[in-house]
Amino acid sequence: MTEKTFMAGFGGQGIISLGQLWVYCAMKEGLEVTFFPFYGAEKRGGVARASVIVSTKEIASPLVTAPDSSIVMNMDSLPICEEVAKQGGLMLVNSSLVKVDPKRADLKVIKIACNEIAEQIGDGKIANMVMMGALSKATGAVKLDKLEAVLKSFFPESKHKFIPMNMAAIEAGMKAV
Amino acid sequence: MSEEKRLMKGNEAIGEAAVRAGCRAYFGYPITPQNELTAYMAKHMLDKKRTFIQAESETAAINMVFGAAATGARSMTSSSSPGISLKQEGISYACGADLPMVIVNIARSGPGLGGISPGQADYFQSTRGGGHGDYFHLVLAPKSVQEAADLTYKAFELADKWRMPVMILADGLIGQMMEGVVLPPAIDPESLPRKPWGVGHQADTHRANNHVSSINLVPVELEALVRARFKRYEEIKKTEVDFEEVNCEKADLILVGYGTSSRVALGALEMAKAQGIELGLFRPISLWPFPEKRIAELAAKGKKFLAVEMSMGQMVEDVRLAANGKGEVHFYGRCGGVIPSEEEVLAEAKRLLGK
Repeated sequence: MTEKTFMAGFGGQGIISLGQLWVYCAMKEGLEVTFFPFYGAEKRGGVARASVIVSTKEIASPLVTAPDSSIVMNMDSLPICEEVAKQGGLMLVNSSLVKVDPKRADLKVIKIACNEIAEQIGDGKIANMVMMGALSKATGAVKLDKLEAVLKSFFPESKHKFIPMNMAAIEAGMKAV
Repeated sequence: MSEEKRLMKGNEAIGEAAVRAGCRAYFGYPITPQNELTAYMAKHMLDKKRTFIQAESETAAINMVFGAAATGARSMTSSSSPGISLKQEGISYACGADLPMVIVNIARSGPGLGGISPGQADYFQSTRGGGHGDYFHLVLAPKSVQEAADLTYKAFELADKWRMPVMILADGLIGQMMEGVVLPPAIDPESLPRKPWGVGHQADTHRANNHVSSINLVPVELEALVRARFKRYEEIKKTEVDFEEVNCEKADLILVGYGTSSRVALGALEMAKAQGIELGLFRPISLWPFPEKRIAELAAKGKKFLAVEMSMGQMVEDVRLAANGKGEVHFYGRCGGVIPSEEEVLAEAKRLLGK
C-alpha cells in the first residue's frame, strides 16, 4: 500500500499541521512516511501546500506529482489540485469554502463541510482535523487509532485541554464520508 | 534499549546526529533552506553547555571552525550553496592544515543567490576541492532523513580518522522534509581520545608547541606534504567508497543519481517494472571518493547509464570518466530548483531503450 496525498489550503488553515499529524500517526502505525512542505515566500493568506506519502514499503520520490488523493481546503487550491490529481484520483473538498465543482469528471469527489462541522463542535480552527478524519475513512491508509497519544506529544501540556475537541472533529470527519 | 523512531526534519536530524557524535563546537550563519539546523544547534548545543556561535558571516564561521578543530575538538558548520561558496577559502586552509571538521551543505538552486528551492548544482564545487590549491575532501550524500543523521554521525568519525574536512552534501528537500528516524547513540565529547597534534593542553602535558597551519614557504617541503596527502587520498579511495545498487545486474539501462534524484530514479524504476521494463539504479553515497570501480565494471558488461540530476549535468562527468568510453552515458536533469518527476525520468529511460 502506498498512498500519496497532496494537501492545499490557505496559510493558517492548518495544512502543515494536518500533513505532519497524518504522517506522525502513520509512523506510529508502522508505515514508512515522508512529508514535504512547499515553503517559499508564502505568508498567511497565501496557498500552503504539502506532499505527503505513507507506505508499507520504502518511499521513492518524496515529491507527489500524481496524487492518489488530494485535499482542497479553499477555493484557490482547487485548480492547483485539479491540475496534479491522478486519473481517477480521490479529491476531498472542503465544501464550506469551495462552492464550485471540480471541472474534471474522472475524479472521485467527496465534499465535507469542514468549517461548519468544526464550528458545531466548538471551533472553526479544527476544520483541518475534520478533513483528516475524512481522509482516513476515505483512503483507509492511516487508521488514526494512535492519534490521541500523538497529539499529547505533538502539543505542549498547556494545549492538552483541546485534545477531546480534536478527537471529536476526527470522528465527525469520518462520519461525514 | 533501541531508540524510538522519531519524526524529524532532515535539518534537525543532522543537528541531533552531530550533537550525539560529540560535536563540541558549532559555528554558523543563517541561510534558507538550512535554518532549522542552525536553530537546532543554538538550542541544543547551549543546553549541553557546548559552544554555539552565530558568526558575523559565513567566512567568520568557517574560520572559527578552523580554530576549534585545531584544538582537537569535534567541530562543525553548515550553510547552503551561496554560503558554502563563501566558506571555500577556509575549507582550502583546513585541508592544507589537515584539520578534521564537518561541513553541511543543504544545497539550493544557483548560480548566484539563485533560489531557495532544492538543487544539486554544487557537485563540482564539492567534489573537486572548491577552493584554491591541490586538495580533495570526503563528500557524503544522504537520500533520506535517516541517512542524513547516519552520515552526519559517520562524517565526524571519518574526519578524525583521515584528518580532513568531511562534507555532507544534501539538497533543500532532504533538509526540509520530515521522515521517521532512529538516532545513533550519544557520545560524550570528553570520552573521545585527545589528538596529539592539537594545540593547547600544554599546562597538563608540558610538551613543545604544536603548530596547525597550511603555510610552508619551502617548495620542496610543501611538495612533500601535498604528495603525502595525495597518498592518503589513495588509501581513502580503497576503503571509503560507498554506494547502493538496485537491479543493476539484470537491467541494461542503469539510472545513476544521488540524494533526492536517486529517489526520483527509484520511483521511475518501480513504474518501469510495473510496465514490464527492467531498469537499474546506481546511487553513489560517497561522491568523493566516487564509486568509479563499480561503474567501470558495469560499463565493461555493456550497460548503458542515464545520470539523473537536479543540475545541468555535473555528476554525469564522473560517470563518463568511470565508464571510460565502454558504456554509453546519457543525462537527464532539471535545474533552477525544479525537482524532476518520476514520470519524466521514466519517459527518458523508455526513449533511450526505444520503448
